[in-house]
Amino acid sequence: MSLETQISPKYAVQMRGILKSFGAKKVLSEFNIDIKKGTVHALLGENGAGKSTLMNILYGLHRADCGKIFLNGKATNIRSPADAIKNKIGMVHQHFMLIDKFTVLENVILGNETTNKFGILNIKKARDRILKVSRKHGLNIDLDAKVEDISVGMQQRVEILKALYRDADILIFDEPTAVLSPAEIEDFIRIIRKFILEDKTVIIVTHKLREIMNSADKCTIIRSGINVDTLDITEKTCQKDLAQGMICSFTGSNVKRDKFNPGNVVLRVKNLNTKNEKKVLALKNFSLEVRAGEILGVAGVDGNGQKELVDSITGLLKVESGTIEINGKQIQNTSPRNVLDNKVSIIHEDRSKVGLILDYTVAENSVITKYRSANFSKHGILKRKSIRSFAKNLIEKYNIKPNNCANIPARNLSGGNQQKLAIAREISNEPDLLIAVQPTRGLDIGAVEHVHNVLIEERSKGRAILLISLEIDEILQISDTVCVIYNGCNLGEFDRNAADGKKVTNKKKSDKRTLDEKETISKKESDKTTPDEKETINKKESDKRILDEKEIGFLMMGGRKNDYSRKIS
Amino acid sequence: MTTVEKFLKKPIFSLIFSVLLGFLVSSIILVITGYSVPDVLQSLFEGVFSRPRHMANVIIKSTPIILTGVSIALAFKAGLFNMGAEGQFILGSVAALITGSILDLPPVLQVLAIIVSGIIAGALLGALTGFLKSKFGAHEVITGIMFNWMALHFSNFIVNLKEFHKPNSASTFPIKSSGFTGIRSNLGFLKDTSFSDILKTEVNLGIIIAVIVAIFMSIVINKTKKGYEICAIGLNEKAAESAGMNVFKNIIQVMTVSGGISGLAAALMVTGISPHSVSASTNFENNGFNGLAVALIASNSPIGCIFSGLFFGGLLYGGRSVQADVGTPSEIINIIIGVIIFFVAIAKIFPLVVSKFSKKNCEENHA
Ligand SMILES: Nc1ncnc2c1ncn2[C@@H]1O[C@H](COP(=O)(O)OP(=O)(O)OP(=O)(O)O)[C@@H](O)[C@H]1O
Ligand SMILES: [Mg+2]
Repeated sequence: MSLETQISPKYAVQMRGILKSFGAKKVLSEFNIDIKKGTVHALLGENGAGKSTLMNILYGLHRADCGKIFLNGKATNIRSPADAIKNKIGMVHQHFMLIDKFTVLENVILGNETTNKFGILNIKKARDRILKVSRKHGLNIDLDAKVEDISVGMQQRVEILKALYRDADILIFDEPTAVLSPAEIEDFIRIIRKFILEDKTVIIVTHKLREIMNSADKCTIIRSGINVDTLDITEKTCQKDLAQGMICSFTGSNVKRDKFNPGNVVLRVKNLNTKNEKKVLALKNFSLEVRAGEILGVAGVDGNGQKELVDSITGLLKVESGTIEINGKQIQNTSPRNVLDNKVSIIHEDRSKVGLILDYTVAENSVITKYRSANFSKHGILKRKSIRSFAKNLIEKYNIKPNNCANIPARNLSGGNQQKLAIAREISNEPDLLIAVQPTRGLDIGAVEHVHNVLIEERSKGRAILLISLEIDEILQISDTVCVIYNGCNLGEFDRNAADGKKVTNKKKSDKRTLDEKETISKKESDKTTPDEKETINKKESDKRILDEKEIGFLMMGGRKNDYSRKIS
Repeated sequence: MTTVEKFLKKPIFSLIFSVLLGFLVSSIILVITGYSVPDVLQSLFEGVFSRPRHMANVIIKSTPIILTGVSIALAFKAGLFNMGAEGQFILGSVAALITGSILDLPPVLQVLAIIVSGIIAGALLGALTGFLKSKFGAHEVITGIMFNWMALHFSNFIVNLKEFHKPNSASTFPIKSSGFTGIRSNLGFLKDTSFSDILKTEVNLGIIIAVIVAIFMSIVINKTKKGYEICAIGLNEKAAESAGMNVFKNIIQVMTVSGGISGLAAALMVTGISPHSVSASTNFENNGFNGLAVALIASNSPIGCIFSGLFFGGLLYGGRSVQADVGTPSEIINIIIGVIIFFVAIAKIFPLVVSKFSKKNCEENHA
């Protein structure tokens, strides 16, 4: 722990001796932190380290068992979010707290309505103020759009606007970028950098080192509820420093990748047309094939049909026309059950709403897609013992923390550990086709590495893997084949060799610092692949199409239609 | 955490505490309305515990609401609010009446036939509610309320048919006596014991069936594959659906069984308690609605429904003797029952209150 700093008004937030336990489990012990006014302060730590808990304490959602919070040098009691808001603290949660059917304006004023003396809403006055705030910070939101109609990035801005409308000076973001596309992340960073010009303070919890490099002034590393170190982020700070301060298990090395040796087509989607919830065509003549032993990465900006593609395959959405085949058997417009029975497993995008039943225990969640098998039930009776030992197995194998969590509700796991549970369960199904949607969302870098390695291992075992991610790096890093989805169309497929190790820069402008950082990082990433490994890939696949690194980014932004279609071997 | 705190956070403590709080607030109401609190409490207590007969009557009175409680608790596990239990109960009693009046089988078979017909009637209405819910998204509370009224009027219609109606009364003829489940005649051995006054009550087999059903449902919910599915759907329908569970089918199944249990409650009442008939009425008898309170107190645990059903039945039965002894009007007694239920219903907040007021000892935690 760094030297004890004096309590002073120079600091927006100072926390001293914060202790928090849940039952017998100590989550934060003697935690001290100083956050300077007018800075962006990042919190970094393994899954389950206690970051969200710390922020929830600051926002009054949890109460510390003991310890003090000082805001601007003054000891302050924060017992509830209402107290926090009174003290000009705003928080944007990872899962947005917006009402879908309301307009942006209505959402922003909700709970803080401007009324005249008779208690009648004064919408006009509220609108003027919101517009002013939104212009000042370059938020650019259509106040009259319904929340359900705007993108996730825009929804996040609504949350930011909500906090600003309540005069927040201290803004807390818990994993704000997990749901954003690269371009949206850049916008986000631009917006928060602007805040500090007005002496606002931003606290951001994130697992993405690059974002910390790009946006933060300081970074505090938390390990098992202890403040390990606070680093200044300068041009010279290296990602390795951050990573290694955080955990010991991060090796920074890639798993050995067997050479690409695809088998039969497992998933064949042909001329698929699907309407989304609003009855608008979201997939247009969409075709795609995934072969055994292949990871096919689908790159694209959020909302271009990824969700509809997954929902059509998994049987949650009716398709208008076209076919979906698993191992040659048509499964479109059947039931989710039938799809699962055809050896398909899905890592869902939204773990808390679809992937898990948060009020079920970890053990109960671990068999949610396979409780029907003879291993876990007999004559209609659940075999609780086998379920528990199965769960313990997964917990150990995927390092889910705390490691005695089999009988606690999944709700009490940290976000990243919930994600690990969902992944572990699906992979353990030993499917023919694994659909992984944003599989590493919310995971710390050690866990991301682990999951990537597991995916590659599974691919080498001959499974077909459909990877859908907003993170282009992730796609480029582990896919054998990449396709780009834009506006419901498949704009063409490219092989790994072309895409490997290269960075896609978006057409959008970014400040210089961001670009520089990106360069160094991408170099580091490509260094990870050992030379001879690269060579084998080169030799094997040199006949395939070479792709300009910019092309994927260009297509993702809807550059142009590509008539290339893969030759099927 | 200190041991005291641990104890204070136990659910059973919350329950006891809220019952006490309910009595406290009730006492205030009694004082305001000018009744002697000790008298009322004494009368209530004695009305339940002073004689074996009273206790037996509490059990008899509780049997139907234990079952409707289990019925509602089961539906609730699947995220369904079976407001229609009242109507399912009414339909069950009508079916039991018709079967019991028309058929004339040997005793055991007759009872079985009546019970089965009650179950089927309730189950059909439940299934229809479930079907409307899963097929058309019609909310079960709305359809339930509608079906309650339809069942009530249908019952009145049947009661007034000349085949069943007993002249110069509001009710029907009783069912054939081969369908009675009273076991008084089998309890002759109690005659010379201090329990002999139990023989003055209508002891019947209902409670045994109710307890068996509650235990069975508890096993289904906690131990079986089906129960796992039902609870999954109740907790997160979307996750359950994408995990391959058939939400459509499960909702109908749960509502069918739930309705069947309410129908069973009615059949047991018709077979077990005189006048073994159905009366015309402009209003509900509340067997289903009281089940809502029973399930609520039990936090939707079927086993818990046995105890909360007895508790509720005790209040209802004891309340009568208060009315008789102290002269407290039934409205006041209902208010008191309502207050107690209210506090029990919010019992869950007590652990939160405890942690809010407890100052944790930091020194201890440092060690
Ligand atoms: N309500 C709760 N009950 C019991 N344990 C809890 C509860 N909330 C959190 N925990 C435990 O506290 C620890 C810290 O959780 P927290 O959510 O703060 O982690 P985190 O640092 O935000 O991790 P992640 O990066 O995965 O989001 C975890 O081990 C978690 O299991
Ligand atoms: Mg977290």
